[in-house]
Amino acid sequence: MPWKPPTPIEIYQLLPKTNCGKCGEANCMAFAIRLASLDAKLEDCPPLIEEEKYKGSYEKLQSLLLPPVREVVIKSPKKVVKIGGKYVLFRHEMRYHNPTAIAVDVDDNMDRDTIIKRVKMIEGFEYEYVGQKLKLDAIAIRSVSNDPKKFAQTVALVAENSSLPLVLCSTNPAVIEAALNVLNPPHHRPLIYAATKDNWREMAEVAKRFDVPLAIASPGDLDLLVSLAKTLSEDMGLKDLALDPGCIVGPGGFAYTIKAFSWLRFKATYDLWKHAGFPLIGTPISVWAQMSGDPKDVMLWEAVLATILITRYADLLIMHSLDGWVLLPQVMWRFQLYTDPRKPVAVPAGLREIGKPNEMSPVIVTTNYALTYSLVSSDAEKAKLNAWLLVIDTEGLAVDVSVAGRKFTGDKVAEIIKSAELEKKVKHRILIIPGKAARVSGDIEDATKWRVMVGPMDSSELGKWLEKNWSSEKIKELMGGS
Amino acid sequence: MSSKESKKARDEAKAGQEATIYSLIAKIAEALEKGVVELYNVEIEADELEVRLLSPTPTAPPIPVVITPPKAVVEAKPEVKAAYEVAKAVEVVAKKVVELARVAFEEPKPQFSGRVVEVRLGASKEEGGTREKTYVVGGHTMPAYYYLTGYKPPHPPVFGGDTFDMQIGLPRAVKLAFGDAMGNPAEWARVWVSKYAAEAIDIHLVSTDPSIKDAPPEAAVKVVDQLLQAVKVPIVVGGSGNPEKDVIVFRKIVEAFPSEGLIINSLNLDMKLEDVCPHIAKTNAVVINFSPMDLDKAEQINRKTYDWIPRNRIILDLNIGGIGYGTEYGFTAMERARLSGLLGNELLQHPFNVGAANAWGAREAWITMDPYWGPKEIRGPLWEALTSIICLLTGADYFMLVHPLTVKTMKTIREYLFSEPKPKDPEKALDWLSKALPVI
Repeated sequence: MPWKPPTPIEIYQLLPKTNCGKCGEANCMAFAIRLASLDAKLEDCPPLIEEEKYKGSYEKLQSLLLPPVREVVIKSPKKVVKIGGKYVLFRHEMRYHNPTAIAVDVDDNMDRDTIIKRVKMIEGFEYEYVGQKLKLDAIAIRSVSNDPKKFAQTVALVAENSSLPLVLCSTNPAVIEAALNVLNPPHHRPLIYAATKDNWREMAEVAKRFDVPLAIASPGDLDLLVSLAKTLSEDMGLKDLALDPGCIVGPGGFAYTIKAFSWLRFKATYDLWKHAGFPLIGTPISVWAQMSGDPKDVMLWEAVLATILITRYADLLIMHSLDGWVLLPQVMWRFQLYTDPRKPVAVPAGLREIGKPNEMSPVIVTTNYALTYSLVSSDAEKAKLNAWLLVIDTEGLAVDVSVAGRKFTGDKVAEIIKSAELEKKVKHRILIIPGKAARVSGDIEDATKWRVMVGPMDSSELGKWLEKNWSSEKIKELMGGS
Repeated sequence: MSSKESKKARDEAKAGQEATIYSLIAKIAEALEKGVVELYNVEIEADELEVRLLSPTPTAPPIPVVITPPKAVVEAKPEVKAAYEVAKAVEVVAKKVVELARVAFEEPKPQFSGRVVEVRLGASKEEGGTREKTYVVGGHTMPAYYYLTGYKPPHPPVFGGDTFDMQIGLPRAVKLAFGDAMGNPAEWARVWVSKYAAEAIDIHLVSTDPSIKDAPPEAAVKVVDQLLQAVKVPIVVGGSGNPEKDVIVFRKIVEAFPSEGLIINSLNLDMKLEDVCPHIAKTNAVVINFSPMDLDKAEQINRKTYDWIPRNRIILDLNIGGIGYGTEYGFTAMERARLSGLLGNELLQHPFNVGAANAWGAREAWITMDPYWGPKEIRGPLWEALTSIICLLTGADYFMLVHPLTVKTMKTIREYLFSEPKPKDPEKALDWLSKALPVI
């Protein structure tokens, strides 16, 4: 049976029941409801954490709300990345927590300039989307030299030049130990990659001594992977583990990779099997060692694997390509997959002002899908328009989808014209609708009794389009008939 | 299997043996520390012990396993001192050594009782049509690509190529692939099949839209006729999206080609279904029921359509947006619908159609961006491929694609997904760790 959150009543019984309001909710029951939907944290209730008499209840609540996939914290002095902490297999069962972290690599054989250049690129990667800045999360440092001293120097160089948490990659415990001596946990808390069938005792000792999380890599052997997870957690006392079942390309390997990730997460969330209950690490970077030929093909497969693994349960990805076209779809899909499916990504419907619109400024109609809205408004601002933006309630759907799904209708437009009192704000009676909504222009004219002009297919063309089409002659021509 | 079992037995025996040795050593160490220094009939080969215990791998770590003996021992006789040191080292090791606790990964075994219907695309000569290639899609009894209980979807997904009956604004990357052939749907289809190995052809009869060219149904019939002549794969006939006109066009087309196993793309709740479904029912055409991201409406339209058309001639389209443009809605709608069907909801036991061409609606697929984000000629096809892969993972069955590179990529992925999940050289998966990789 899949993991089920405790009921609000179960939670309420264990809360202080004083309705003190320190959590920001009106009463303890309201807080219990938010805890049960995992929208609030226990730590939001100060009495529960601070007062001795609630200690027992706090611990009980903690275990009731513990995710079946452990949450592991990786950090630098400046940034914290949480991986895992997953409750469900399917997004619609609740929502996914802790978006797949993406790490990109440098290695200790690269020259100083290359390392610094790559670090700056990883650090500086940014794409604006729905008002969010999409970024990369960590830097993976690989030991190609297998020389502890050289690796430690590289790690020191990266740490000096970056604010991101680190993943230390080598199967040689001496190499890892040398780097940890430089990083000096808990100042830094890097992830160690990886314990294998050959080095697990030594790696576990190092991870334990420095109290850092440890990845277990067991490509192609799930039995060994969970055996190591059991041994390291139960017999060696390591709590913060992560699992890598291997990332393998080609026939057989590719299918195995998807199977292994899916089985591990299935066992953790449906069978609540503790030995599978750790964050999963995917290594699309491995295509670079498994494939040769045109680098563009290798990059394509790295992108394919990354998208598959983001979809199929990876909590951290280690990648090599720093090219924008490989990484861009990953950070965008990751953002989407981790939104809450219970709440559409929508902005409130209504009338917005772009620049300083007046009574003769154009009225541009768009949807309340957050992405559409943010694109249209940023394009309009870039074009230095003075315009009214009429945002209609398409239930958070984009223009083409809402037109197809009958959410972009004349009635919806008429409703907003009325509620925003648009007729008092502009003298003309002309709406400019998106090119992709051309099909519903008649419906909108019928429902609103306003004239409709079909605007450009993409809002990046808005400025140019208005320059050509929005003139006093045109307005007169359109309004003349009515 | 037997060799694996005997290896397992060997491993267990070895582990047992080692455990016995360690416990013996620990006892010796304890005895030594208490002052009992006489050993009878026991030989300790210190060198050998050190090599085995301290260096299980060639790259042994400099972990301090030997602890400096207490000062008191320094004064002892040389032979006692030596014995003590060996014993002390052994003791520390004995305490540290943890054996691998073997546990088997038991395969997950979920229970599903539902079954997605099997739908045939295209009709061969035996079935009264002229298609040389036909396909069956659907038939799922488990979520796809979870490899549960050895499960593989009974039928692989099918990849069709999009054509349009008039010039529409298509991205440059697509124009580069088809060139002049795009002026004529039959020629376009021929290039799709002969050069890019499309498995079916989608024709979008955009020109029939009353607000575009309002081409008459007869013209649409002609286009479909040309396509049926030009290629011998199944034909997916798409309307203009105008619910009134589509009903008329679809009716004419199925009446003109009643035995070709055409796929009608698509029916929706805004249409007067009673005006078209009875006519489709008389033929062997398949319908795609379109219900964008809405499972309630998907059930409604399916239930309505059942009045005329058998279940095994219905495909469901829950719509998809390109990455960044609502992909997650379609993805989750498909995951939910498929699980619901497998759990027994008969209204949702239908194969999925995916209009992956929507991926090109994402601005990132076609706009010129800062050079860092790469040329749009790469971004576009990649966007379509990645959007398709996301849908594939939900178990989608038929894909309408715009760019040949997507068809190629998807076919390779299909081949990989349908091979036995067994890596050839799993150890190589870790080669990336210590390899110098090209820095592009």
